[in-house]
Amino acid sequence: MVGKAEPVNGSVKSGSNQSIPATMQSPLKKSDLIPNLSLKTLKLKTKQQELLIRVSILCLVYVLAFITRLFSVLRYESMIHEFDPYFNYRTTLFLTEKGFYEFWNWFDSESWYPLGRIIGGTLYPGLMVTAAIIYWLLRFLRFAIHIREVCVLTAPFFASNTTLVAYFFGKEVWDSGAGLVAAALIAICPGYISRSVAGSYDNEGVAIFALLLTFYLFVKAVNTGSLAWALASAFAYFYMVSAWGGYVFIINLIPLYVLVLLITGRYSMRLYVAYNSMYVLGMLLAMQIRFVGFQHVQSGEHMAAMGVFFLLQVFFFLDWVKHLLSDTKLFQAFLRITVTTAIGVGAIALGVGMASGYISPWTGRFYSLLDPTYAKDHIPIIASVSEHQPTAWSSFMFDFHILLFLFPAVCLISAIAVSATIKNLTLVARAKSKVTQTGSVRGSSSSKGSSKASLDQSQPFQRNGAIALLLGAFYLLSKYATHCTWVTSEAYSSPSIVLAARGAHGNRVIFDDYREAYFWLRKNTPPDAKVMSWWDYGYQITAMGNRTVIVDNNTWNNTHIATVGRAMSSYEDEAYEIMRSLDVDYVLVVFGGVTGYSSDDINKFLWMVRIGGGVFPVIKEPDYLVNGEYRVDKGAAPKMLNCLMYKLSYYRFGELTTEYGKPPGYDRARGVEIGNKDIKLEYLEEAFTTSNWIVRIYKVKPPNNRW
Amino acid sequence: MGFRFDLLMFMIVLLSVPVLSNLILSNVDRRIDLTTQAVRITSTLKVENTGSDLVSEVLLAFPDDQAKHLAYLTATNNEGKGKAKSSSVSFPVDVVRPKGMHPSLTFYSVSLPKGLGKGASLTLDVLAVFAHALQPFPERITQPDIQLVVFNETAHYLSPYAVKVQSLTVKLPDARIESFSKIENTKIHGSEVKYGPYENLPPFSYSSIVVHFEANQPFAIAQQLIREIEISHWGNVQVTEHYNLVHGGAQSKGEFSRLDYQARPHVRGASAIRHLVAKLPPRAHSIYYRDEIGNISTSKLWGDPKKTELVIEPRYPMFGGWRTAFTIGYGLPLQDFLFHSEGKRYLNISFGSPINEVVIDTLIVKVVLPEGSADISVSAPFPVKQGQETKFSHLDVVGRPVIVLEKTNVVLEHNQHFQVYYKFSSLSMFGEPLMLISGFFFLFVACIIYMHADLSISKSSPSYLAKLQWDEVQAGVQQVRNIFDRCLTLHDKLEASLRDLSRTGDVQACKASRKAVDGLLKDISKDLKPLLLSLQSSPQAAQILPKCSICKTSNATS
Repeated sequence: MVGKAEPVNGSVKSGSNQSIPATMQSPLKKSDLIPNLSLKTLKLKTKQQELLIRVSILCLVYVLAFITRLFSVLRYESMIHEFDPYFNYRTTLFLTEKGFYEFWNWFDSESWYPLGRIIGGTLYPGLMVTAAIIYWLLRFLRFAIHIREVCVLTAPFFASNTTLVAYFFGKEVWDSGAGLVAAALIAICPGYISRSVAGSYDNEGVAIFALLLTFYLFVKAVNTGSLAWALASAFAYFYMVSAWGGYVFIINLIPLYVLVLLITGRYSMRLYVAYNSMYVLGMLLAMQIRFVGFQHVQSGEHMAAMGVFFLLQVFFFLDWVKHLLSDTKLFQAFLRITVTTAIGVGAIALGVGMASGYISPWTGRFYSLLDPTYAKDHIPIIASVSEHQPTAWSSFMFDFHILLFLFPAVCLISAIAVSATIKNLTLVARAKSKVTQTGSVRGSSSSKGSSKASLDQSQPFQRNGAIALLLGAFYLLSKYATHCTWVTSEAYSSPSIVLAARGAHGNRVIFDDYREAYFWLRKNTPPDAKVMSWWDYGYQITAMGNRTVIVDNNTWNNTHIATVGRAMSSYEDEAYEIMRSLDVDYVLVVFGGVTGYSSDDINKFLWMVRIGGGVFPVIKEPDYLVNGEYRVDKGAAPKMLNCLMYKLSYYRFGELTTEYGKPPGYDRARGVEIGNKDIKLEYLEEAFTTSNWIVRIYKVKPPNNRW
Repeated sequence: MGFRFDLLMFMIVLLSVPVLSNLILSNVDRRIDLTTQAVRITSTLKVENTGSDLVSEVLLAFPDDQAKHLAYLTATNNEGKGKAKSSSVSFPVDVVRPKGMHPSLTFYSVSLPKGLGKGASLTLDVLAVFAHALQPFPERITQPDIQLVVFNETAHYLSPYAVKVQSLTVKLPDARIESFSKIENTKIHGSEVKYGPYENLPPFSYSSIVVHFEANQPFAIAQQLIREIEISHWGNVQVTEHYNLVHGGAQSKGEFSRLDYQARPHVRGASAIRHLVAKLPPRAHSIYYRDEIGNISTSKLWGDPKKTELVIEPRYPMFGGWRTAFTIGYGLPLQDFLFHSEGKRYLNISFGSPINEVVIDTLIVKVVLPEGSADISVSAPFPVKQGQETKFSHLDVVGRPVIVLEKTNVVLEHNQHFQVYYKFSSLSMFGEPLMLISGFFFLFVACIIYMHADLSISKSSPSYLAKLQWDEVQAGVQQVRNIFDRCLTLHDKLEASLRDLSRTGDVQACKASRKAVDGLLKDISKDLKPLLLSLQSSPQAAQILPKCSICKTSNATS
């Protein structure tokens, strides 16, 4: 009886292990059940109570996921971070101003001068459309807010939604307890936070939500065999495709999941319905995105999904034949013939497709997934994205955001583990606590200690251990939560446009040089001026400076970037020719020598040389190195000391004393005194330098008169 | 420096013009203040009527090229000879086009309400403020150069009347004077140049003079300033000012060197705009300073009960010809600016910009009144262009009425208060919160309805039937639970009575309670019966039935 009353107190599934000690002690502990009973009768029904607790925890997690991402807004301001989000912001602005069709057909002449870029066909519009819809909806509901605020808060909002999906996913996979833990873990997982803090208006912010949603709906579809869930999953997949190029991983992982189910002999009609409807509809929908188009049926990355699709048909067909032919021997023979033919036809089709070029081979990105060194050897531009990563594998991790795919899975698995552990421990511990309670009550009231002693002997160690473990688990979890919050506030909440440092007196010093320079460009250069800079700053210059750039972060044309790299690494007169041919009016360099800001153009310069040299063999990397060493001081290579990038970075820097007790021209970012202090510019002139010298802009002089 | 020297000493006497009336100016004393970018000319005219007719207007003449820069013009009657300016009365001033006058002159007429009788005299103080009257020369300078400007005027007062005695003082900033026109009776005294006195000059005498001097004060010109003043009856007047600023001095050419500027900012960059000071009203709060791409962190704020001073630095020092744009916003307490009069409310707030050193080419003041305001009227101390538009802000349905006032060439003197009268019922203040509350209310109601309504289309689909069954089972389980609960309370009662028995030994009471409990237990088993029956009747429950019977027996035995 008492054992029956147990689950009332909150745990959902009462295990059988717990009912045994409970029934054993039932005659002893009726008295202390009274408070429990009175509580229970006073309050809501158990079911509702549980629902209330669950919903309120979920709401708390939802809010927590949102507010933990607002550190950067509180620390700095409501602004867009980093590089790529500025492009997304600019396109969203365009979308809200001009409407969807203009956006879809947008030819952007402000980037990649003189080539231009077809924006509508070369982006994943999911993020922008999402933000625009939220914006329009709020406008419709009469909330007059700026589109920037919507963009800044899109990522936290979707992170909150992800926690909901994680809850349902966890519930689907295990139970609602695991779902809650999964939601909480996803809400504070640093890997996710780094991609979805307020202001990080990037594809990943929305895509991770879509990714988890697709998986959840697919698993749900497989579990129920319902067409509705399968269709929902297809639409979630469509959303994912529209949001991020990482959809390729889903379209490989779902077939993998199906394949594992097939191999482990879990083929069922539900799986067949779920996968077929999801794949066919998802494919058709995905092909509507112009950037994906026929790639979805032609490129190598998508072949696995198609293969599994055909495999399922074969499975189904065989099942049907097996059902028709009751003879096993006959079926064996049939099986052999069919499988050989199927494999043969598939191989031939793939071979013909490859040979005729109809099916494109795997792209470099995919190769580098298999071999991280591939990028370094063959595509310097991919490798240059993450230059600070020490080893190839970790750089690959960062480059391809593999962590992003792992963390939902990791979160889910750990959530299941944590919730299961805690549940078991609580059950054990609660039994223990009841006994001690009873013991104490009885000890105080009367003197029947014999039965208690026998009870304590049964599992004393286990229960104490359980309590200790439980406390330990809570301690660890709370530590983890504090750690995540700390990491978020310290590491991930910096917009990287505005740099903050501690001053000599402990006060906060703000370096707002980037915006100073971009705003100068915006206001004080002709509207059609072309700005040449290294591609990292392209998106920011177009979004904040509103000026045409030569190259930007959408690194689609390697030759064009190599041309800029070549100009930067040539002597001034050669560079002038290149800049004239590109109609360049202004050159922008980022220089950290005064402030000690290390990710400046001098530190990125070797990549310019490499990328430039990859296309133009005139540029040779060894010319810039001394004994394989990269240096800027007196011992630097002569070509290094006189190339355009060096001159532009260090122009008149030799006259400046940066640090007390050091000679003038002391570069604080690299900790050396520069080698060439007497820099004269012939074809360029200093147009603007920001207050901390982080951004320097030079004007390209018009050619001299001939007489 | 051979510029316009041909103009020097050039005297035009426009003989063709007829004498207008019998007024003469017996004494003219002019002071020209060139220390700021807005040129202020204060003229004290002593007007005498020599004719016999009553004269009711006095004409002031300005050459066209000066008149187009004229920003502000007032004429006040200086009765008391001392400094009792409080007694001064300002007269209405209008543009007039008298017949037969030279076409390149613009005339303003000062109407004298009382008129000027025969032989009477009157002292007029005329203040004229010109924007853009200083021309940088040379027009393009490099960073270390100082900024020089020229100013053209006439040494003789240009007037349609004959002038008996006159003098002119030009006040220059405390700096180098490159050159000034030397005509008869020219004296220099520190930073002041004095011309005159000149006596008995005919009407329309003109003697061009040019002053060329160093002026390093910033030429901050707001090409456009939009001030949006939004009234919220919840206690706030929100002012948002969008500046479009340009340095109107000599254009900079050549390099900008940060090194030089950092090392000696007042030498290499003397004319640059480094900071601007906005004098905000006292008790201004929630002040911000930002632009299109975000917050600008270089600003300082001082506040005391009398005023709030905001020192703002543009993102970069502004050299000649450089532009910038920014927005400052602040909130003001409502009771300081909104008043009641005759059943109407009125806003009484300053017209111009709080930044005094800025000359504004086009000033647009938008007053956003709360939604539902009616009967709107404006009273401004000087003529402005008026318009009306609608703005949609948070939770607006019909939009808020916006009064748009536009004025060109605005200087410091325009910082006067203007009034917007309107009618607004205090009840409509609660419209928006109510709307919000009802919105949420209906949302929750919709949720409740959705949770309770049966929205399935097909009443015979297996999933629907399964759901029905599930609900039924749930209800049954809940019933069983309730019964168990009751049973347990009975047990507790029984135990309590047993305890009492062991303590007191009152067998009778125990028996009675035992009986009562037995009766209740019987009731419980009665309640349980229909449930068990339903279990027996349903085929799906066959396998759990034996367990239930065990429960039941245990129940019964206890």
